[in-house]
Amino acid sequence: MRFLLLFSRQGKLRLQKWFTPLTDREKKKVIRDMMMLVLARPPRSCNFLQWRDLKIVYKRYASLYFCAGLEDKDNELLALEVLHRYVELLDKYFGNVCELDIIFNFEKAYFILDEFLMGGEILETSKLAVGVSMEEADTLQEEEKEQEEVGKTDKERFACGRGLRE
Amino acid sequence: MSPSVPLQEMIRAIRSARTQCEERGVIQRECAAIRAQFRQADNGGRSHNLAKLLYVHMLGYPAHFGQMECVRMIASPRYSEKRVGYLGAMMLLDEKQDASLLITNSIKNDLSNSNQYIQSLALCTLACMGSAEMCRDLAPEIDRLLRASNSYIKKKAALCAVHIVRKVHDLGELFTKAARSLLTEKNHGVVHGAVVLITELCERNSETLERFRKTVPDLVQIMKGLVISGYSPDHDVAGISDPFLQVRILRLLRILGRNNEAASDAMNDLLAQVATNTDSTKTVGNAVLYETVLTVLDIKSESGLRVLAVNILGRFLLNNDRNIRYIAMTSLQKIVGTDHNAVQRHRGTIVDCLKDQDASVKRRALELSLALVSASNIRSMMKELLSFLSSCPPELRSQTASGIFNAAERYAPSQRWHIDTILHVLTTAGGDVRDETVPNLIQLITNTSELHCYTVHKLYRALLSDISQQPLVQVACWCIGEYGDLLLTGECQETEPVQVTEDYVLDVLETVLQSHMSSPSTRGFALTATMKLSTRITENVDRIRSIVSIYGSCIDVELQQRAVEYNALFKKYDHMRAAVLERMPVIEKNSQGHTNGETIKESQTVKVKPGEPQQPANQVCDLLDLLGGSEQPLQPSPALGSAAPPIPVSTPNTVGGDLLDLLGGLEPTPITPVATVTVYEKDGVTVTLSCEKQSDSGLTVTLTASNSTESDIRGFTLQAAVPKSVQLHMKAPSGDSLPARGTAKVTQMVVLNNPNKVNLKMRLRISYTSQGSAVQDTVQIDSFPGLGQ
Repeated sequence: MRFLLLFSRQGKLRLQKWFTPLTDREKKKVIRDMMMLVLARPPRSCNFLQWRDLKIVYKRYASLYFCAGLEDKDNELLALEVLHRYVELLDKYFGNVCELDIIFNFEKAYFILDEFLMGGEILETSKLAVGVSMEEADTLQEEEKEQEEVGKTDKERFACGRGLRE
Repeated sequence: MSPSVPLQEMIRAIRSARTQCEERGVIQRECAAIRAQFRQADNGGRSHNLAKLLYVHMLGYPAHFGQMECVRMIASPRYSEKRVGYLGAMMLLDEKQDASLLITNSIKNDLSNSNQYIQSLALCTLACMGSAEMCRDLAPEIDRLLRASNSYIKKKAALCAVHIVRKVHDLGELFTKAARSLLTEKNHGVVHGAVVLITELCERNSETLERFRKTVPDLVQIMKGLVISGYSPDHDVAGISDPFLQVRILRLLRILGRNNEAASDAMNDLLAQVATNTDSTKTVGNAVLYETVLTVLDIKSESGLRVLAVNILGRFLLNNDRNIRYIAMTSLQKIVGTDHNAVQRHRGTIVDCLKDQDASVKRRALELSLALVSASNIRSMMKELLSFLSSCPPELRSQTASGIFNAAERYAPSQRWHIDTILHVLTTAGGDVRDETVPNLIQLITNTSELHCYTVHKLYRALLSDISQQPLVQVACWCIGEYGDLLLTGECQETEPVQVTEDYVLDVLETVLQSHMSSPSTRGFALTATMKLSTRITENVDRIRSIVSIYGSCIDVELQQRAVEYNALFKKYDHMRAAVLERMPVIEKNSQGHTNGETIKESQTVKVKPGEPQQPANQVCDLLDLLGGSEQPLQPSPALGSAAPPIPVSTPNTVGGDLLDLLGGLEPTPITPVATVTVYEKDGVTVTLSCEKQSDSGLTVTLTASNSTESDIRGFTLQAAVPKSVQLHMKAPSGDSLPARGTAKVTQMVVLNNPNKVNLKMRLRISYTSQGSAVQDTVQIDSFPGLGQ
C-alpha cells in the first residue's frame, strides 16, 4: 500500500497515512486527485479505479470515504477487507464510531492504524490483538498521568489551570 | 497571553468557523499560542500542543515549526509525550528533512527500552520514515529484535526490516536467517511479518530466492493448517481463517514457484484444495480465490489446475458484484496472451460487460474485447465495438477508435467491409480519431480500385448530411476530387447511385470551403478537390476557375498559395493541366507496422486527453504536389519508441523532380530497415543505437533509451565524445525522463561528420537520477551498425 486517506463527502481530510516518502506538494496533489476521482463516482459503482500506475481502492462508510492507493501486485479485494477491518477496529475502540469520533480523537485513530498496518503492510491479523495492544498502551499512558498528578503539589495543579482531579 | 485551549476545544472552535477567513483567523491565533508554548519550558501540556499542531497540519496549514518540538518530545521520558512526538515525526518529518537525523539517536535508545510499547513506537516510526542512513545505522538493532522473545516486538521488527530492505537493498543479507526461523512461530502476526519479509527478500535477490525455495513445504503446511482448521475466533473473517495471512502465503508461493517445476509440483495439491474449498459467497473468500488464481496462472502448474483457475475467473465474470467482474477482467487480460483460447470461451460475457453502467468495468471490458478480436469473430465483434463506440463515454472514444482500426487492419474479411467500418467510425467518432487515419484511409481507398464508385457515393452521402467531422470531410473531399467523374455518371453497382449534376457537387465542395467548421487543412483538401474536378467535369470549368481565383486573395497563406498556383495552372500551363490532375496511381503501403501502432495501454484517469500528441497532417503545397493532398511521414510518437528514423508512408512527392517528370518516378523509395544494436544495458536502463549514412562522410546516429525498472528515472542525459578529427553535433533529446517499465523512451540524434575517414569510435556518458540517487556510467562504442554498407 502506498497511502491511506480518509475524507468526508465535503472534501475535508480526516486522516492521511503515507507509506512512501513524498514531498508536501506531491502529497497535496495526490489528495486533490483522490478527492476529485472518488467523490465523482456514482453510488453502487465499482470500488476500484486506475490512477497513474496505482490501483485505487475506495469504500464509503457513512459520511467518510476510505481510500487506499495500491501497487500493481497488491490484491484489490483484500484491500477492501483491510479497509473494512480498520473500520471494525475503530468501531470496537470508540464504540459505534462516527466521523466526529475520528475528528476529535484523530491521534487515537492514528495509533490504532499504527497497530494494524506498518510500512504499507498488515501488521496484526487478529482484531483482538490490536484491541488489547491499544488498551494496554492507553493504560500505560493513564498510569503515567496518574503518577505525575500524585507527585504534584496542589499549587502546581492550580497553576496548570487544570483544577482538581475528580 | 491566552491560556492554552485543550485540543477538543480548539477543534470545536475551528469547526464552528463559518467562513474560510474565520477559520484561518482561529488557526493563526492557535498557532501563535502553540509557538509561544513551545518556547516555554516543560509545562506538562506539551503533548496537547503538539496534537493541536498536528490537527492544524492535517487541515493543510503549514506546521514546520513543530518539527523541533517533535524531536524534543521524542526524547522525553514520558510515554504520552513520546507517543505524540513520534506521531508528529511521522507526520511532519520525512527523510528529506534535516531534523529527521536528529531523532536517530532517540530511536536507537528507545529500541532498547524495557517497555515494549516504547520499543514499538520507535519501530513504527523507523518503518514509516526511516531514511537510508538511519536504516543502515539501526539495522543490527532490528536484527537483534527479530530474535527477541516477545512476539509483539518480533512482528513489528519484521515489518521494520521490510522497510529497511526496501531502502537499502544490500541489508537483505542481514535478515535472511532470522526470517527463516520466524516462519515456525505460532503467532499469526509474526508469521505474517515473516512471510512479508521473505517475499521482499526473494523479490530483490535471486540467490535468496533459491535458498528460500526450501521453505515451500513449510508454507504449504501452514496454509493447509489455515484452510482445514476449525473456527478460530481470533482470526476468522466470514468463515475463512486469517485470509490476510492466506493471501500473503499464496503470493510468496507464487514467487517461489515461478519457473521452477519442483516447487510448483509441491504446491499443486494445496492450490487445488484452496481453489475448491474456499467459500466464494463473500468478498473475503473471493479475495483468497483471486490470489490463488493469480498464483496458479503464474507458476508451472499442471493443465488441470490451470483450467480450474480460468473457470474460477469465468465464474467471477458472471458474478453480480461489479468488483468481482472487474478483477476477473483484469486477470483475464494478463493471460489473454498465453491462454488465448481459454479466454475466448468467455467472450460473450466480456462483450456484455461493455454495456455495464460502470466506467471502470467498461474500460476493462473494452481492453479485453480488443485483445480477443480474431479472424474468426471479427464481424460479430466489430458490430459490438461499433455500437459501443456510439454510446461510450468520451474518455474511451479515442482508445476504442484506435482499437477498431487496428483490428480492422489485421482481420478485415473484405476490402469493402474494411472501408465501411472505417467510414462508420469516422461518422460516429470522427473528432477522436488520430490524424494518421486520413492518409491511411486514402491509401486504402486508392488500393481498392473496384470500389471507387461505391466509396465515392458513400462519402458523398455522408458529406451531405454532416460536414463537422474533419477527418471524414477530408477523406470525402479527396475522393470527390479523385473520382468525381464516377459520381457524375449516375451509375453504381454496389450501392444506390446518387443523381447529381456538376453544380451540386461543386456546391458541396464550396460549402466545405466556406464553412466555419472546416479546419484550414480541410479547406486545403476541398480546394484541391475542386481543382481536380476541372479535368473530370465538362461544363462548369469556369465556375471552378472563379472559385480558385477568389481564394487567390485569401488570408490563409496556405490556401492563397494553392489558389495562386492553380490559377497559374489554368493560365500559363493549361496544356499540362490534364496530365497534372490525372488519377493518382496506387500508393504502395509501407510494410512496417500498423497504422495506429500503439498497443492497448493501461487506462488512464478520466481527465486524460484523447489520443497521443499527433503531428498535424501538413499539406505540402508545391506545384509538384497537386496529385496528393494527404501525405504525412509517420513521426515516431514516444509510445512507439522505434529506434529507426521516421519512416514515411510512401508518398508520391518523396521524389523531387520537375513538372515534366510527374508521370514517372512516382514509385516510392524503398526504406531499408536500419540495424539497431544495444550499446548499454545495466540496472534496467537500456540504450540502443542505430545509424544511417547520410553522405560519404556524414552519419546520423540515433540513440534510444528505455527504462525497465519499477521506478521512474529523471534527469536522463547523454554526452558523447568522438576522435579528434570527427565533428560531432548532438541534437536536442526528446526528453529527459524515463518512466518506469518502459512505457516511454527518450531518443536523441547525433550528427557526425568524418571527413578524414578515421576509425569511428564514440564514448558515451550516461547520467540519470533514479530513486533519489544519481548514477553515472560510461560506455565505449567501437563499432557502428550499418557503417559497412
